[in-house]
Amino acid sequence: MTVPDNLSRRAMLMKLGVFFNTVIAAVLAVPIVGYLFSPITRARKAGDSWLPLGSLDQYPAGETRLATFRNSDVRPWDGKTADSACWVRRIDAQTFQVFAINCAHLGCPVRWFPQSRLFMCPCHGGVYYEDGARASGPPERGLFEYAYKVEDGKLFINAVELPTPGAPSALINIGGKLPCA
Amino acid sequence: MRVIQNLGDWLDARLQIAASLRETAEHRVPRETSSWFYVFGSAALVVFCVQIVTGILLALIYAPTASEAWNSLQTLNFNIHLGWFIRALHGWGSNFMVAIVLLHMVQVFLFGAYKYPRELTWIVGIFLLLMTLGMAFSGQILRFDQDAFWGLGIGASISSRVPVVGPLTVKLLLGGPIIAGATLSRFFALHVFVIPGLLIAFIGLHLLMVLKLGINDWPMPGRLVRKATYVKEYHELTQKDGIPFFPAAVWKDLFFAAAVLLALAACAAYFGPFGPSGRPDPTIIQTAPRPDYFFLWLYALLSLLPANLETPALLIGPVIGIIFLLLLPFLFGEGEKSWRRRPLAVLTILLVAVVLGTFTNLAGNAPWSPVMDAWSGLPIPPQYLQGRSALERQGAVVFQLKQCHNCHSLGSEGGKRGPALDQIALIQTEDQMIRQVIQGGGNMPAYGKNLSPAETTALIAFLKTLHPAGQRPARDASRALAAQPSTSNPTNP
Repeated sequence: MTVPDNLSRRAMLMKLGVFFNTVIAAVLAVPIVGYLFSPITRARKAGDSWLPLGSLDQYPAGETRLATFRNSDVRPWDGKTADSACWVRRIDAQTFQVFAINCAHLGCPVRWFPQSRLFMCPCHGGVYYEDGARASGPPERGLFEYAYKVEDGKLFINAVELPTPGAPSALINIGGKLPCA
Repeated sequence: MRVIQNLGDWLDARLQIAASLRETAEHRVPRETSSWFYVFGSAALVVFCVQIVTGILLALIYAPTASEAWNSLQTLNFNIHLGWFIRALHGWGSNFMVAIVLLHMVQVFLFGAYKYPRELTWIVGIFLLLMTLGMAFSGQILRFDQDAFWGLGIGASISSRVPVVGPLTVKLLLGGPIIAGATLSRFFALHVFVIPGLLIAFIGLHLLMVLKLGINDWPMPGRLVRKATYVKEYHELTQKDGIPFFPAAVWKDLFFAAAVLLALAACAAYFGPFGPSGRPDPTIIQTAPRPDYFFLWLYALLSLLPANLETPALLIGPVIGIIFLLLLPFLFGEGEKSWRRRPLAVLTILLVAVVLGTFTNLAGNAPWSPVMDAWSGLPIPPQYLQGRSALERQGAVVFQLKQCHNCHSLGSEGGKRGPALDQIALIQTEDQMIRQVIQGGGNMPAYGKNLSPAETTALIAFLKTLHPAGQRPARDASRALAAQPSTSNPTNP
């Protein structure tokens, strides 16, 4: 067996050692990356997360009320952050609009003013009409809207994730298709 | 003394670092660099050490879970002996650190320290600045109060706007679909392990290069940096006219560091800790989140940018800024160092300072935010109601009840989102007011659906009274002409 002059036994063993470590590091990287990216890869899909907003009686027709719900994907140490709020507008007996609390600009909590029938955002002054359409201020669109359904006299919404301007796909765009009943 | 000497000898016989330490401490620096302008870097390091110590002390009590973090800060503030003071030191230390790092950056920029051969020192410094800001932001999150919670929402909203990967970035950032326990845990890991570890490593590199390449020489107007000759010139400067850093220059660093520590302790003792503000409860929406001081300018910028410029400015602006800062030593690596002969550099600093200062100042009173309780909490000034008719006063009631006051001020009280209405009758005729109220426009919502004809009539009657006593309100000349072609004498309410 001939050995190249420039490859001593020691150099070859060192290279083998580096090689083994590289392979093991690559193998270890797979679970590490999988662990790190699990919030993306293991995210719940929209549609399997109908959350109750309580009895329909709480929402008088023609009015908009604040509702709170517990998110589906929560841990015991989440405390109050496991809850979220939303605005429920009951148009008539069976028709609702459920708006995310988050302003479509940068996510601050919008407040409903029943007297002027406007939503106002305290951060940068975004204003929306009662149907969620943009009225004025920096938002580029209307309020985010949750899909809802009514079952056994109770209201449910399909809320999966924090609504943000970049990911409204899980929600319904106002001006787009109407919420499914 | 003899015991200490013996102990020192014993240790050095084993560690063998005394000689190199002495050599490092006594390395020669140019005479002029023993200056009060050259003390910011060491002061930043001292404040960083304070942050490490106080951070570890806080970690003894702080509970990094979404359900308990806020409670543990209350415990620190009120139940742990001097816990409030350690929190105050850490919070004020954060402000001091950002301020001193910025001062340091301005000084090395104006003194041309980023030029050859210290390009990499500057680049590492840029990363140190970004990490310092990262610590400031993540530290604000660990306070986990209402501001932190909604601040995270703002961060998520900004991140989500990145094309393609935005929504995925949000999930990674939050550690899940919503802001909750996992979010706090990952910011805890960032703030306590990841960024400090990187900071320590980068500070080590930064200091190593300062020692190996030598401190930047005092810039003399006309003494140009040339790659071919600089190292030799610098060597001559330090050898012929240099002084040992220790003790000839170090005393100024020590005095300044002591002054900074004193100021930090005084601020902490006098002003106390920051927050926490309200509980991080997403169902409590009566909140107007504000960022910490060093991000106020960003808050202002986000309010003032036109909507269509916002996303590009947010996503591209910082990237261009950071790339420019990183490229700076390569674009201007040679030539004049003295700020006396670099007017553009001085103007840049002044411009940035004025812009940041103006935005920060604006964010202090946030004229773009509606005053959410003005309609119920701020009365209309009495002089606008005295001697008015019943209809006009009813209009004032409509003005309050329809939240007009949230965006429009009267007597300088109320929202600044829309124009002040104290003299609106001078500017708009009755018809113009009606059209503006009903149709909105110009960044005002349309009130057409939300006002009955009677309410509109009353509101306009009130608005028509809003003009100075001696001045006539605006009038529509054509209307008077149409009614009475011969005489036009509009009534003055």
